[in-house]
Amino acid sequence: MTVVEQVTTPTESGRPGTIGTSPVRPDGIAKVQGSFEFSSDLSADGCLWGATLRSPHPYARIVSIDVSAAWKIDGVETVITAADVPGSINYGLIAHDQPVFASEFVRYVGEPVAAVAGDHPETCRRALEAIVVSYEVLEPLLDPERAIDGSHAAIHPDGNLIRHQRIVCGDTSIVGDVVVEGTYEIGMQDQAFLGLEAALAVPDPGGKGVELHVATQWLHEDRAQIAACLDLPVESVRLVLGGVGGAFGAREDISLQVHTCLLALRLGRPVRIAYSRAESFLGHVHRHPATIWMRHHATADGEIVKIESRMVFDGGAYASTSSAVLINAVTHTQGPYRCANAVVDGYAVRTNHLPCGAMRGFGVVQACFAHESQMDKLASACGLDPVAIRLRNAMRTGDALITGQLVLNVAPVERCILDTAAIPLPDTPIGGLPMADGAVDVMRLPGGAGRTADRGDIVRGVGWGVAIKNLMYSEGFDDYSTARCRLADGVVTLKFATSEVGQGFVTIAPQIARTILGVDDVRLDRIDTQVGSAGSTSASRQTWMSGGAVDAACRTVRERFFEHIARAHDLDPLRLAVDGTDVVDTVSGWRITVAEASAGIVIDETVEYRHPATEDLDENGQGNCHTAFAFVAHRAVVDVDPELGLVKVVQIATAQDVGRALNPLSVLGQIEGGIAQGLGLAVMEEIIQIDGVIRNGNFTDYLLPTFLDMPDVVATLIEEPDPHAPLGAKGVGEPPCISSTPAVVAAIRDALRQVDGIGKPLDRIPVRPSDICL
Amino acid sequence: MTDEAMGHDSDHYVLHVNGDEREVVDSWLGESLLDVLRDRLGLLGAKGACEQGECGSCSVMVDEILVCSCLVMAASAVGQAIVTIEGIAAPGSPSDVQAAFVDAGAVQCGFCTPGLIMATHDLLERVPAPTETQIREELAGNVCRCTGYGRIIDAVQQVAVSRRGGVS
Repeated sequence: MTVVEQVTTPTESGRPGTIGTSPVRPDGIAKVQGSFEFSSDLSADGCLWGATLRSPHPYARIVSIDVSAAWKIDGVETVITAADVPGSINYGLIAHDQPVFASEFVRYVGEPVAAVAGDHPETCRRALEAIVVSYEVLEPLLDPERAIDGSHAAIHPDGNLIRHQRIVCGDTSIVGDVVVEGTYEIGMQDQAFLGLEAALAVPDPGGKGVELHVATQWLHEDRAQIAACLDLPVESVRLVLGGVGGAFGAREDISLQVHTCLLALRLGRPVRIAYSRAESFLGHVHRHPATIWMRHHATADGEIVKIESRMVFDGGAYASTSSAVLINAVTHTQGPYRCANAVVDGYAVRTNHLPCGAMRGFGVVQACFAHESQMDKLASACGLDPVAIRLRNAMRTGDALITGQLVLNVAPVERCILDTAAIPLPDTPIGGLPMADGAVDVMRLPGGAGRTADRGDIVRGVGWGVAIKNLMYSEGFDDYSTARCRLADGVVTLKFATSEVGQGFVTIAPQIARTILGVDDVRLDRIDTQVGSAGSTSASRQTWMSGGAVDAACRTVRERFFEHIARAHDLDPLRLAVDGTDVVDTVSGWRITVAEASAGIVIDETVEYRHPATEDLDENGQGNCHTAFAFVAHRAVVDVDPELGLVKVVQIATAQDVGRALNPLSVLGQIEGGIAQGLGLAVMEEIIQIDGVIRNGNFTDYLLPTFLDMPDVVATLIEEPDPHAPLGAKGVGEPPCISSTPAVVAAIRDALRQVDGIGKPLDRIPVRPSDICL
Repeated sequence: MTDEAMGHDSDHYVLHVNGDEREVVDSWLGESLLDVLRDRLGLLGAKGACEQGECGSCSVMVDEILVCSCLVMAASAVGQAIVTIEGIAAPGSPSDVQAAFVDAGAVQCGFCTPGLIMATHDLLERVPAPTETQIREELAGNVCRCTGYGRIIDAVQQVAVSRRGGVS
């Protein structure tokens, strides 16, 4: 049974449904009844199906494409290729380097080459089979080092190096009393949301515009990229959020959006595309695999004096967000620890692997596995325990990062560590408590139902991970969110384009309105592009950014509301305040209900919220490139069968810096869900590519944590409201999946050390059974 | 087995779904129960997420057995009682399991949720007072990517306790 300890929850009011309480999701009932409309549930009268032909080769020149046989299949309505793209052939989140359809070269297995529309998915499948593409197969670039050293010819007109960023800080010649180093490898992780990519495009009569219903993280960015490819003005492309079945970064890039619109516009009929799981593995970007070398210098008593690192991120065939992922990685080299001197070289490169981009943690996951593995090595070299080495170096508010940027946010690193350490270790013996008949509960042993582990062989280990994560967008990006608030007759209606992907913004937005405006009845308008951009649901940014926008819109409405009341009742508007569901004159005590005071009036305001501007890094990696930071600690307890290489994670304890929990139950959901993904990367999840071909693109072979893999999670929410955050609340989505991974691996190392006094390095994730037992 | 041996035409048969007789026309024999429920009968509550029986998102009951509808040929379910998420409770009146999932925070994106509701009803029918390990084992065929399962276990335990009149 999971225990949740909550450290003081400051609330503006205890009124149900306001900030600090945990009202249920407004879409909850529909979701449990199966009536919530996901993007894959959408259809329209006369709707056709679309499907995509993909490259079987990691790198090849397209000699010819013959689609004539596909046209002859009964039920096929159209076949399109690159020649049918009216606007920009390329799209991309940062660089526009990825073609809608390949025309000259294919650069990864799964790259779209053509698309068809027909009356049934089976018709489409047959049509794709009938398209004949002649390829001249080329030698793929699969080793990221060859992209850096120039020994493989450019596989893309933009070259093989996507970005190189160096950080040079302080005295680079300094040498520590103690020096530890290691090279760490991080495998390619899939976001593996359950709701597969799906979209419905409905063309306008006359073909001058299109409405696209799609599951995405950022409606307005999609719209801009789609419109450019369709050669339509952006206002002619209207996006509506289709129900989103999880995202985790995989819906930040374009996948089927342009294809679906092209088919629908070509035919003048609605078209829908729905990916299969196998296609989904090819159709969205993944977490970057990376190789990170790190060397830490410290004083004899464990104070870090310098960090050196070289990071190589394999971006796959197209740039996506690789350059931003790389910047996150190199700027988080030090972790949540003070460090005055550093030299870091980071490379994001192009290869003929699957394209990589955003996934929860965004570059910091990779850096954190390296720096936390290093911290344990440093502890060992200095004769300290893992907690002591981390406390000795823990960052505090006001400390400088290796980029020169000062951490101005609340930075309770020490408290994260201490509060995590204060959580009791599990009191259950290895294998859990005996069952009623006294027998060992094998389901609690490593390997579970396999029943091959012998309880007597199993060793328990404990490991730590601590992380810093930037929040919001970086490097000078104009990052904003828009919200519209309308107050009429005691009812508030909110409108925003914030993608609800499961995280619960649709729950906290009304909480904010109820708190600010004293109403109970808050309604949400459709999420679409008929209001300004909200930015992406990523980078742990929507509670801060769209929460800030909703807060600002509600406050603007409230100001006008107070002026209206003051005029009507001859009061000073500056003396008015909301108290529960009343407006009260704070001097005289006069009060009126919000419902009565708002009868017959309409106040409607749209507000953009921006965070303070950030800067680019200079050539030495110096600059205030990030917006804000959050912190977290994890402690993992694992049982390991060293002979069979099996691991059972028993408990993960965590204390997370959340600023302020607007909805404590939602925060807990983010913590537990993020830890599951961190555990997955630690011991289960990896996309395997051999010679550029994915080998496990399905849920039988790509292993996801199940109920039996997840341990008890014991969480403490550290609530120190951040003065820079509009509601005091920090984003909470990414930190749980960052340092949970190194904590689990450290715990396995600890267990193996107990077996022979030496242990295993376990310097790559996910840790495989063979890494443990061979 | 030939179509005739199965007692119906390949393009026309009747399924018993949620107490109703539902005609399936123009189907081909290879169509999965999931596809027929969703695309031919308009019952969109069962979700397709892996198409190989690994994730449980498409769970329905067939003759009181919990199955992945993506692995069952629709035509093989003729004459059997099929219950989907749409039939688990009266419209507008959530079951105790459905209510507990919402209240306990067991729902995030919700894509796995219909399958988990079906699996939880099935579990609590067979095992009214499951241990936490039993809950984990019984529901391990249903993958959730958002929640990390903690709030779902909480919801299942709440229902089990409540059905016993509040006795833990």
